[in-house]
Amino acid sequence: MSNQRDPILKNIRRRKVVDFLFSLAGLLSLLFALVTLLALVVDLAVTGVPRISAEFFMNFPSRFPEKAGILSAWVGSLCVMLTTACCAIPLGVAAGLYLEEYAPKNWITQLIELNIINLAGIPSITFGLMALGIFVYKLELGQSILTAGLTLGLLVLPIIIVTTRESVRAIPNLIREASYAVGASKWQTIRYHILPYSSGGILTGVIISLSRAIGETAPLITIGALTFVAFLPTSPVQSVFPFVSLQWLKDPFTVLPIQMFNWLSRPQAEFHVNAAATGIVLLLMTLVLNGVAIYIRYRFRKKMKW
Amino acid sequence: MGAVTTPSIRADVKNLNFFYGPKQVLKNISMPIYENRMTALIGPSGCGKTTLLRCFNRMHDLYATTNYQGQIILHPNMQNILSSEIDPMEVRMRIGMVFQKPNPFPKSIFENVAYGLRVRGVKKKSFIEERVVKSLQQAGLWSEAKDRLHSHATDMSGGQQQRLCIARALATEPEILLLDEPTSALDPISTAHIEELITELKKDITILMVTHNLHQAARTADYTAYMYLGELIEFGLTDKIFTTPSDTRTENYITGRFG
Ligand SMILES: Nc1ncnc2c1ncn2[C@@H]1O[C@H](COP(=O)(O)OP(=O)(O)OP(=O)(O)O)[C@@H](O)[C@H]1O
Ligand SMILES: [Mg+2]
Repeated sequence: MSNQRDPILKNIRRRKVVDFLFSLAGLLSLLFALVTLLALVVDLAVTGVPRISAEFFMNFPSRFPEKAGILSAWVGSLCVMLTTACCAIPLGVAAGLYLEEYAPKNWITQLIELNIINLAGIPSITFGLMALGIFVYKLELGQSILTAGLTLGLLVLPIIIVTTRESVRAIPNLIREASYAVGASKWQTIRYHILPYSSGGILTGVIISLSRAIGETAPLITIGALTFVAFLPTSPVQSVFPFVSLQWLKDPFTVLPIQMFNWLSRPQAEFHVNAAATGIVLLLMTLVLNGVAIYIRYRFRKKMKW
Repeated sequence: MGAVTTPSIRADVKNLNFFYGPKQVLKNISMPIYENRMTALIGPSGCGKTTLLRCFNRMHDLYATTNYQGQIILHPNMQNILSSEIDPMEVRMRIGMVFQKPNPFPKSIFENVAYGLRVRGVKKKSFIEERVVKSLQQAGLWSEAKDRLHSHATDMSGGQQQRLCIARALATEPEILLLDEPTSALDPISTAHIEELITELKKDITILMVTHNLHQAARTADYTAYMYLGELIEFGLTDKIFTTPSDTRTENYITGRFG
């Protein structure tokens, strides 16, 4: 008996050793990635967190590092994000819906789909160059918040289109058939079913694309964002008729990552502390955005059962 | 059961061929659908019953690679509902359908039933409420649903969901009702209830039903069509099909020697 068992046990032992070696290699790779990341964040936090205070948010940049703040940068980031969202969400969702629900399933559609996926992988500075040529020089929109919003909007458009398509595709055909079977039109089916059921996924995509856009630096430098801004954009609320103003769209601006970059490129170490603090603010904003995205996805998963 | 005099024709299938891409699934089917009668489609799995049923409300139009040849003439206007000149939406507004798998919307029970009226632009609240109650009663779901009209439809059991889908189809008062194995997920009591409902509905509308349950076909159908491998083998009065079928394949199927 034992003669028969021995080769089997030996065989099993040999394969278990391979199992063990591979899981060890996987664990080590994971630890390496995690530890490096953690070290970076801890280093940034140790340097930057003590610098974060109310004044840091309420002050303009200054020649004196201890007086300098990120007021113009975070207001600029906020305005640019708002413009980005306003341009990318309607375009991206409409394009995604069209491709999934309306477009005939042929090679042209497939080609377009392939190109959109490729577009998502293009280096962001290329978008900056294109924006410089089109928005700044051709359309003469200036080195403004509007130009920045449009540029980043184009940059994240593929992400929104792809996530829209994916969440629309996840809706089973049975649901579409149920809607059409009682005599609904295409638009009614989209309006009452497709959009509501996919909105969780779409929203997640939107937030993820905004959290990508908020950290973008290269394309904004290319279109000529300022690095030292000691003023705020025009207020959207005015005291004289018509009380609202879109002048802020045409104003020059800076954003958080550019402010950070600017401080980092100074020789004085005090400015580097400011940069680290800005980095922490940026990191927290991204984390919060991603957290919101995860929460929304979780809520919608629970609600949508087919 | 059965009618003494031949009733008038409500729809007439003429030389219908149907293709999924290159694959022919329905082969030269011709049969009448009689007004205010129940016609049962029986046959082994995969013989094309669902496919035939879905031709009646142009469901296949939603997919690019499907292809019809032939006609389904709707009486008394003599329209060919398969004609590309007729908008599938019109066909679906007049011919209701209950699917093989329950497919309620992930919305409230009330909204599920009211949906057909909403897409028609009905705004009057009292009318919608009345119709929702009536349809739920007809489908035998009222006693279970009346206290939870605004809770999620997908929280119901499979059988309840199927009855909800029946209520949804009834709410728009279709001229012809297509039922694809409506009782396959139901217990005997709900099944008996649905069969009663069908008998009741027949007074006003024409019903075409797919079923795997031969007893059910024998009990409720006035006419029965036996399909095999995409062909219509035999069509006739239910009594005749079940007692003296003229084709041996039909006989083998209903006596359980096959399929
Ligand atoms: N979307 C499709 N694409 C290609 N072939 C299909 C498709 N749907 C069904 N078929 C094929 O068409 C044939 C008929 O299918 P159908 O669903 O009409 O059968 P059925 O009689 O309803 O069967 P069952 O009793 O199991 O529901 C089957 O051979 C099936 O494989
Ligand atoms: Mg079927």
